[in-house]
Amino acid sequence: MRSAFIRSLVELAERDPRVVLLTGDLGFTVIEDFAERFPDRFFNVGVAEQNMLGVATGLAEAGFVPFVYSIATFATMRPYEFIRNGPLLHDLPVRVVGVGTGLDYGNNGVTHFALEDVALMRVQPRMMIVAPADPDQAQAAVDATSEVRGPIYFRVGKGAISIPELGGRFTPGRAELLRDGGDIAIVALGAAARIALDAADLLALSGIEAAVAVVSSFNPSPTADIAGLLDRVPAAITVEAHYVNGGLGSFVAEVVAEHGLDVRLTRSAVREMPCARSGTQQYLLEHYGLTPRLVADSALTSLALDGS
Amino acid sequence: MSEAATQMLATKIRRTILTQSKRANVGHIGSCLSIADILAVLYGGVLRLSSPDDGDRDRLILSKGHAALALYGALNAIGIVEDDLLETFCTDGSPLGTHPENVVPGIDFSTGSLGHGLSIGCGAALAARMQNSNRRTYVVVSDAECNEGALWEAVMFAAHHRLSSLTAIVDLNGQQALGYTRDVLDLSPLENKWRAFGWDVHNADGHDHVALESALSELDHEDAPHVVIAATTFGKGVSFMENQLSWHYWPMTDEQFSTAIAELETREA
Repeated sequence: MRSAFIRSLVELAERDPRVVLLTGDLGFTVIEDFAERFPDRFFNVGVAEQNMLGVATGLAEAGFVPFVYSIATFATMRPYEFIRNGPLLHDLPVRVVGVGTGLDYGNNGVTHFALEDVALMRVQPRMMIVAPADPDQAQAAVDATSEVRGPIYFRVGKGAISIPELGGRFTPGRAELLRDGGDIAIVALGAAARIALDAADLLALSGIEAAVAVVSSFNPSPTADIAGLLDRVPAAITVEAHYVNGGLGSFVAEVVAEHGLDVRLTRSAVREMPCARSGTQQYLLEHYGLTPRLVADSALTSLALDGS
Repeated sequence: MSEAATQMLATKIRRTILTQSKRANVGHIGSCLSIADILAVLYGGVLRLSSPDDGDRDRLILSKGHAALALYGALNAIGIVEDDLLETFCTDGSPLGTHPENVVPGIDFSTGSLGHGLSIGCGAALAARMQNSNRRTYVVVSDAECNEGALWEAVMFAAHHRLSSLTAIVDLNGQQALGYTRDVLDLSPLENKWRAFGWDVHNADGHDHVALESALSELDHEDAPHVVIAATTFGKGVSFMENQLSWHYWPMTDEQFSTAIAELETREA
């Protein structure tokens, strides 16, 4: 998805001379094309993420649209206050690009796991969040948001699994329904849509019809879409490669509570700090309950509780 | 602007600092007074400001945002911040708080968290170069702000990219919130640090308008960013505040205010 994102960015930069790319010395094999085509609009600022955000703020005030690129943890947490007091406070079009979502970085360990980035960005009223589900949606999102005048956080996964059901659709503030069903709703954050769809396949084997929706943006958030979907099912499960608090599960819980919906909500997410446990992404997803089988099991448990 | 004119400007800034901080009953008076002369020289002719909305105006970033009242005073003295707006300082609903926000006319960037402004200044200077503009960027930092690691990220960036339109002015008043800088986290030799990082370093008495103006006016020819290390006196202009740590936070009593204004008027006369 990173490569698709940068390909779209190159295309955008060809059309829009305001686009500048800054990297905190990361992006090997991904950013070279941009750097070669637009050497005057590419800056490797070194391993200095706070300064990268400050520089981007100064550039944006002068009319540029800077994309700042790093691993999601380093792009969001080290310069968090510079994001808040910079692009957010000044309402400037800085694009924070965080690559590697959730447990994508596998054996690199917890310092590289972006598990609170959505929470951190979602609490900021002016920060649009875009978490594409697959490469096609990433490309669509870059195009659809090119004229947004405030800041955007792009949460870009390392995976490149396509989600054909999505067809590359992206509309800020909307959830995309990938599959309909009236027994339970599975709501996934970005690339976790693949897990949700596969879980729905497993549930269908047990005769349970699951609706699957993917949320790929917040601020604006798909409040109306989620409220509408959850109003017609007895149970819902959120699936996200993120800590359990502050991300998609919390957003859906807020919608349920604020709309007074009668739906049992289960949140599949990472519930403990994933440290002292090296492993591949697949191993870690399994350990933290984020596989189709484990999501389907949670759905069955939830429905059993609902029937009791 | 002549030295007499910038001195008048400095006095107006100091008067604003004293009267508004007294009316609002707020502190940071000493930090404001220490940059009154620096701002007077900047706004008295160094900065090229045809209008606050001109994209090619010089940029000024008050990275030591807690001295915003001094900046409001300067902007008021040159007619950008109206008297009516200035009088709202620290009242409910006013855009004029003790730290500056860019919604105020003439304020380019909101600040208040130390260590942030110089990196914004790097972006502003880089943008000017990319746009082939000859506008310049000035960043006023406090000495204690040099405690912040992020400031040195910006220092490295500016030198690497030879941002010669960027000038940092360090308000070297030797004090920070809880003590003297030499006791809290010694900065010396500060001049050598900036020079070692590749900057064009100038020293000036931060209250000598001729020295400041000459340091700030002869910077365009070097192939490096510039720093003017301005030796200042915390609380300058009000004798009982000078070099007194307590004036970092305390507001004035009525009696202290009368004494301070009387001193200002004596100096003026």
